[in-house]
Amino acid sequence: MNWDTLIPFFVIMSSFLPALMIFALAEERRGLRITLNLIGVFVTLALVVFMFIGVYQGHHYETRLSLLPDLDMVLRAGPLALLFAALSSVLWLLTTVYAIGYLEGSPHRSRFFGFFSLCITATIGVSFSGNLITFLIFYEMLTLVAYPLIVHRGTEEARLAGQTYLLYTIFGGTLLLLGTVWLYTLTGTLEFTPRGFIDDVGEEHYFALVSIFILLIAGFGVKAALVPLHGWLPRAMIAPAPVSALLHAVAVVKAGAFGIVRVIYEVFGVEKAALLGLTQPLAVLAAITIIYGSVMALFQDDLKRRLAYSTVSQVSYIILGVAIVGPIATIGGVVHLVHQGVMKITLFFCAGNLAETLGIHKISEMNGVGRRMPLTMTAFTIGALGMIGIPPIAGFVSKWYLGLGALEADQEWVILILIGSSLLNAGYFLPILYRAWFLPTPDKWPDEHDLGPNETSLMLLIPPLITALLALGFGLLAASPYSPLEWVKLISRREFY
Amino acid sequence: MMQFVITLPWAILLILFPLTGAIISFLWPTQSNKVGLVTVSFVLISVTFLAFSIIEHGVYHHAIGGWGSPLGIDLYADGLSLLMLLMTALVGLGVSVYATGYFSAEQSPRFWPLWLFVIAALNALFLSADIFNYYVTLELIGLAAVSLTAFGKSREAYSAAMRYLLATLLGSLLYLLGVVLLYHGFGSVDIATLSERCESTPILWAALTLISAGLLLKTALFPLHFWLPSAHASAPAPVSAILSALIVKSSFYIFLRLWLTIFGPLSEGAVENMFGLLGAIAVLWGSFQALRQTRLKLLIAYSTVAQIGYLFLAFSLAMSGAVVAWNAVVYLAFTHALAKSAMFLVSGNILYFGGHDRIMNLDRIAQHLPITTTAFALAGVSIIGLPPSGGFIGKWFLLEAALVQEQWGFVAILLIGSLLTAAYIFKVVSHAFTQSSLPHDSRPIPAHMEWAALLLAFAAILLGFFSSSILSVVGIGYPFELNGVKP
Repeated sequence: MNWDTLIPFFVIMSSFLPALMIFALAEERRGLRITLNLIGVFVTLALVVFMFIGVYQGHHYETRLSLLPDLDMVLRAGPLALLFAALSSVLWLLTTVYAIGYLEGSPHRSRFFGFFSLCITATIGVSFSGNLITFLIFYEMLTLVAYPLIVHRGTEEARLAGQTYLLYTIFGGTLLLLGTVWLYTLTGTLEFTPRGFIDDVGEEHYFALVSIFILLIAGFGVKAALVPLHGWLPRAMIAPAPVSALLHAVAVVKAGAFGIVRVIYEVFGVEKAALLGLTQPLAVLAAITIIYGSVMALFQDDLKRRLAYSTVSQVSYIILGVAIVGPIATIGGVVHLVHQGVMKITLFFCAGNLAETLGIHKISEMNGVGRRMPLTMTAFTIGALGMIGIPPIAGFVSKWYLGLGALEADQEWVILILIGSSLLNAGYFLPILYRAWFLPTPDKWPDEHDLGPNETSLMLLIPPLITALLALGFGLLAASPYSPLEWVKLISRREFY
Repeated sequence: MMQFVITLPWAILLILFPLTGAIISFLWPTQSNKVGLVTVSFVLISVTFLAFSIIEHGVYHHAIGGWGSPLGIDLYADGLSLLMLLMTALVGLGVSVYATGYFSAEQSPRFWPLWLFVIAALNALFLSADIFNYYVTLELIGLAAVSLTAFGKSREAYSAAMRYLLATLLGSLLYLLGVVLLYHGFGSVDIATLSERCESTPILWAALTLISAGLLLKTALFPLHFWLPSAHASAPAPVSAILSALIVKSSFYIFLRLWLTIFGPLSEGAVENMFGLLGAIAVLWGSFQALRQTRLKLLIAYSTVAQIGYLFLAFSLAMSGAVVAWNAVVYLAFTHALAKSAMFLVSGNILYFGGHDRIMNLDRIAQHLPITTTAFALAGVSIIGLPPSGGFIGKWFLLEAALVQEQWGFVAILLIGSLLTAAYIFKVVSHAFTQSSLPHDSRPIPAHMEWAALLLAFAAILLGFFSSSILSVVGIGYPFELNGVKP
C-alpha cells in the first residue's frame, strides 16, 4: 500500500467527514461539535505539515480517481498547492475558535459549523486540484457551500444578498465550464503542468485560445472580485463576521485569485500567455480594480463594507503580480495570497469584535474605541498599517517585490499604481486609526455587551492577536528559510519559470 | 453456487415478480405495503443478477417458450436496456419506501396493485425487442399511469387525468398506425429484422412520422408537452415522481431504440435537426416557465419539460460524433430519473408538512426539514448540471460534442439552459431559509419519507463519480453503433 497516493484524499476527508458528523448533531451537543471540529482541523494541519516536509524532500503526493472515461480527478500536493492549503488550514483553526466564541448561544450552529467545514473541504480541494476539471468541481462546490453561510441569518436582506452572490458566481461558473470543455476539446488534457500545456495547439486555434483565456479569467474573476465582476462582494457583508473573515481571507475570494494563478502559470504558461497578448490587458484590469476598490472604500461609513472594498482592491495585487510577466513580480503576487490573507482576516476579526462587544458597525461610531478595547485595536492597527504597506509588516514585502518586479519587467506605470493605491489605502485606514486612538470616548456605546473580565471574550480576542502577530512575523522574518516568501521563491523556481 | 444463481432467468423474473406482487397486494389489501416493499426489493435484486450475467456473458437473449422471432416473443437486454431496468428498480425502491408513509391505510391498497403493475410493464418494455410488444407495454403503462394520476380525487386531478388519458391514447394510436405500416411494408415487427430490411421508402417515412408523433406526444417534447405540467403537478407526490422519472422515459426509450436501429441510419440530417431544434426550444421554454411558477410542484413539472429537451438536443449532435452524444443522453436520462423523483418526493414532504407548496411561503423549511431541503438542493445540483453529479457528466458530454462540432447555437442553449435552471432551483432554495409572514400548521413527517428523497438525490450526485464504469456497461451489445448490428 502506497500512502503517498492516499494522503491528499485523506486531507479532503479530514474536513469532509467531520462536516457530515456535525450536521447530524443536535443543536445542544456543543462539546461534541467543538471536539469534532477541532479533530478535523488538527488532522488537516498535521497532514499538510507532513506533506510540506515530504515535498521539501522531493516526495510526490497524488491521488487519482477516474471521473470521465478519459479524465481523472486528480489531487496533487505540489509546492503551490501546499502554500494555499497551509494558509487555509491555519486560518481555519483560528476562524473556528473565533466562530465558536462569536456564535455562542445563537441558533442553527450545527448547520453553520457543518457548512463552515465544507467550505474548508472545498478550499483544500481547490488547492490540491491537479487538473482543471478537479479545480472546477471543488470551485463550484465552494460556491454552493458558502451560500448557506451567507444567508445564515435568514432575513430578507440576507436572502437578497445570497441571490446576488449566486447570480454572479453561477454565471462565472458557467463561463468557467465553457472554457474548460473548450480547452479540453483542443488539447485532450487538462492536467496542470509547470509552464503550461498548450504548446501543441496549432496557430489556427489562437482565436479559440484567446477566447478560452478570457472565459477562464472571467470565471475566476467573479470570485476574485475583478472589476466589473465584484458587485456581489460588498453585499455579501450581511454574513456573520467569521464568514466574512473566511470568505475574504482564504475561501471564496482567494479561490478565484488562486485559479487565475493556475491558469496563467500551469494551463497557458506565462510566456505563452504573454505571447498571445493576454497578460498586459489583465494587468491593466487588475490595476483598475486596485484603484477602483480603494476609491470606493474611501466613501464607505460601514466598517465591513469599507473592508470589503479594500478586499476588492487588495486581491487584485495578486492578479497584478502574476500578470506582470517576470519572476520577481510573480513572487510578490503569489506571496500576497498569504500576506493579504492574514492581514485581512485580522481586520475582519476586529470588526466582528467591535460589533459583538460594543455594537459598533460604522466608522463614525469608533471614536476612542482604542481605549475601550486596546488589544483589539492594536491588532487592527497592525493589519491596517500592513495593508498600507508600512514596513516591517507583511504587506510591505508584497509591495516591495511587486515594485521591483515591475521595474525588472520594464512596466514603470505599475509603480504609479502602487503609490496611488498606497496613498488611497492610507486615506481610508488612517482616519479610522486616528478616530480610534485619538478622539475622546463617547458616554455610551451603541449596544454594549458584557463578555467577561477582559475587553471582550478570549475566544474573540486571541485569534486576531495571533493573525496580527503572523502578519508582523511574515514581514520581519521574510528572509528566514521557512517564511512564505522563501516558499514562494521555491514555487517560482520549480513551477513557474 | 454463484454461477448457478447468475444463470437463473432473471429477465423473466423481472416481469413475473411485480406482476405477482400486484395480484397479491390486490387480493390481500391489509398487507399491501409489505407486499409492495418485498416486491420492489426482489426487482432490484433481479436487476443486479441480470447485470452480473450481462457483464459476464454479454447481451442477454431469450426466446419465451422456445419459439423465437418471428413467431414467439423474444426477451432481449443489452447495456442500454440494463441501465433502464436499473433506473426503474432504483427509483421504484425509493418511491415505494416513500409511499408506505405517504398514503393512508385506505389509499395504499389501491396504489400498490397499479404501481407494481406499472413496474412489470416497464420492465417488459425495456426487455422487449419488437415494435408490437413495445405497443402493448406502452399501452399498459399509459392506462395504469392515468389511473394513478386520477388518485388525487380532486376536480383538478380528474381533469388533468382526462387530458393525460386523451394524450396518451392518441399517442399509442399514432404509434400503432406506424407499426402497422412498418409491418405491412417490411413484413416484420422484430427490430433486428426490420433494421436489415428497411429502406428509404415513402412507407418508412410515413411510419416515422406517425411513430415520432405518437412517441413524442407521450414523451412530452415541446410543443406536445401541453398535458404534462397539469398531470404531473396534480398527482400525489409518489405518482408524480413515477410519471416524471420513469413513464416519460419509457416512450423516449422506444423512440431512441427505433431511431438507433431503423430510422437513424437512413436519415439524412433534416429530421435530426428538427428534433435538435425542438429540444432547444423545450429547454428554453420549459426552464422559463419553471422560473415563472409560484407553486413548487408546477415548477418541478415544467423542469421536466426542459430536461426532456436536453435529451433531444443530442439527436442533432449525434450526426457526427455519435457515441459521446448518446452517452450524454442515457446519462442525462438516468440521472434525471433519480433527481426528479427526489424533487417530487421533496415537494410531497413539503405539502405533507405544511399543507401547501407555495414557494414564497416555504417558511424556513431549511430549519424544519433539513434532510428534505438537502435532498432538494442535491437533486437541484444534478438537474442544473453542477459538478460533481450525474447531470454534470451528461452536460459535459453534450457541451463537448457541441464544441467539437462548433455548433455554437447549441453551446449557447446549453449554457443559457443551465443558468435558467440554476435560477429556478435557487429561487426555491433561497425561500427555504427565510421566514414567512403567514402562519400555518405543520404535522410531523415519518423519517423514511425524508430519507427516501435524500437517498435518491444522493444517488444522482454519486453517479458523477462512476461514469466510466457505467458507460462501459452501457456499451455492452453496442447499442449506439448505427445500423444496429447485434453481435
